[in-house]
Amino acid sequence: MTAETIIQSLASGLLMGLLYGLIAVGLSLIFGLMNIVNFAHGEFLMLAMYGAFFLFAFFAIDPLLSMPLVAAGMFVFGAAIYLLIVRFAMRAKTNVGMVQIFATFGLAIVLRGLAQYFFTPDYRSISHSWLGGKTVSVFGIYLPVPQLVGAGLAILAFGALYFFIKRTDFGRALEATREDAGAVALVGIDQNRVFALGWGLGSALVGLAGAIMATFFYIYPDVGASFALIAYVVVALGGFGSVFGAFAGGILVGLVEASTALVMPPSLKAVGIYAVYLLVVFIRPRGLFGSI
Amino acid sequence: MHDVTHAKQRRRDLILAAIFVALAACVPLFVKDVYVQNIMVLTLMYAGLSQSWNILGGYCGQISLGHALYFGLGAYVTAILLTKFDVLPWFGMLAGGLISALIALALGYPTFRLGGHYFAIATIVIAEIAYLLFLNWDWAGAALGIDIMVREDSWAKFQFTRSKLPYFYFALFFAAVAWLVTWWLENSKWGYWWRAVKDNPDAAESLGVVVFKSKMGAGAISAFLTAIGGAFYAMFVSYIDPESVMSFQFSLLISLPAVLGGIGTLWGPVLGAAVLIPVTELTRSFIGGSGRGVDLIVYGSLIVIVSLTRPDGLLGLFSRKRKKEAVQ
Repeated sequence: MTAETIIQSLASGLLMGLLYGLIAVGLSLIFGLMNIVNFAHGEFLMLAMYGAFFLFAFFAIDPLLSMPLVAAGMFVFGAAIYLLIVRFAMRAKTNVGMVQIFATFGLAIVLRGLAQYFFTPDYRSISHSWLGGKTVSVFGIYLPVPQLVGAGLAILAFGALYFFIKRTDFGRALEATREDAGAVALVGIDQNRVFALGWGLGSALVGLAGAIMATFFYIYPDVGASFALIAYVVVALGGFGSVFGAFAGGILVGLVEASTALVMPPSLKAVGIYAVYLLVVFIRPRGLFGSI
Repeated sequence: MHDVTHAKQRRRDLILAAIFVALAACVPLFVKDVYVQNIMVLTLMYAGLSQSWNILGGYCGQISLGHALYFGLGAYVTAILLTKFDVLPWFGMLAGGLISALIALALGYPTFRLGGHYFAIATIVIAEIAYLLFLNWDWAGAALGIDIMVREDSWAKFQFTRSKLPYFYFALFFAAVAWLVTWWLENSKWGYWWRAVKDNPDAAESLGVVVFKSKMGAGAISAFLTAIGGAFYAMFVSYIDPESVMSFQFSLLISLPAVLGGIGTLWGPVLGAAVLIPVTELTRSFIGGSGRGVDLIVYGSLIVIVSLTRPDGLLGLFSRKRKKEAVQ
């Protein structure tokens, strides 16, 4: 193993890690807002990838252009899921833990089933997008263009999110609801509306990630499952609910994955990520960067 | 007064279970169709598996989404011992159960300290690690799996070439044992602690240490029984690979009947399995090969609807009725 291969794989690990952060941040946002883990998060990603795929297949819109469309669609979808399902799951009085886990879990199974039924279990891919299949060489390190652009977009998205949460009224309402939902209701902010918009925003972010992923990853009904697990690890590492923890957690997971692939067979690279999850929650259950 | 009605209720449950077992044992005398018998075997197996899951997930409130680990271990230990060392599956079954119980104890120590979501995700992640390791473990067949050659009809080897009946009776026995263990645990010291702790964190605090030990016990019993089910499944289908016994799919299928029927209840898993498995199998065969995914849509929707409208499961429909009668 030369220094070059190590740098090469760490660099691509870093790029993937930024994307993992973008995939996970919506999950973290929703969790921070209302203490609910969306177990259908991976299926949201899967739907976004199909969205980008069909816009390409039917209308020849490049994923880079359809990205805002996919994100907007996912925003509506996420808000609708909150209003139709999650809102009611939060009212449970008995078996609260079970209801919160299985309401979104059931949704995940339904979405996967619908995708198998309507889109068939076939593996699909976007054959010739603007970015797909290209690489650039930076100081002798070869970087795949889709991942490079994706990583850049992830950084932009995190920057925009930071601005949004700190500077806009809705962002402040979001932060306030996270801190004390009861008091927020007293000030006259409609909690339901904030939650619905929070679900919309979280889903739009995973929509962005999905559109980018569609340019270099196979698209099939179960594609969300493994990315969802990675997203849970990222969020747990960053601290559930910490939006910028997800950014750091993503990078860390990307690097761990790349280093695992250096020392173990590639098919076992996920083991490193999972081991890190267990290590972190056993030692510091609130995550590396989580406050409370 | 309360104790008397409670004891009466428990005796009634036991008699009801005995009647169910006796009736179920007679069904194959009238139903000869192999396809239907197959569904019955699976229904009984999942009733037993979900009952085992329910001990930990329902009564203790530790929602495990990684029981495929114990199911797969039971299947693998049995298959490996039989094909590589000529150990009869009955011993393999016990060995698989004991290994699983030990692993559950080792894993329970760090994981039972984790809160709800963290625990559930930890169980998924652990089962997934085991799945990936088995997928890459050449000695254990890796992705190709293990073929258990079925050559003769033999109870000693628990292999039957034509008839499904022996499998049916073992599955019935398995479901009955899992039910009986739950019935016994419900009234034990542990059962009382679990009930006290479930919706009352203060009680959990004051009972801290003993409850932790009882959770470890529940984890071990749950894992042991689940592995027995896995061992049975390996002999029933006579071919296993990581995908078919250790994938996430099984963790789901093991937990869903209990969730659907009524989590943390004695009859929930039985009722849930009796609804879920036939519905899944029938939709699968009616829609046919092109409609892959319909079974997922059906039971996914069932889960969403039940958790939103009946958090106490389908069983809640019965107890509500019973309560109404009691009031009148």
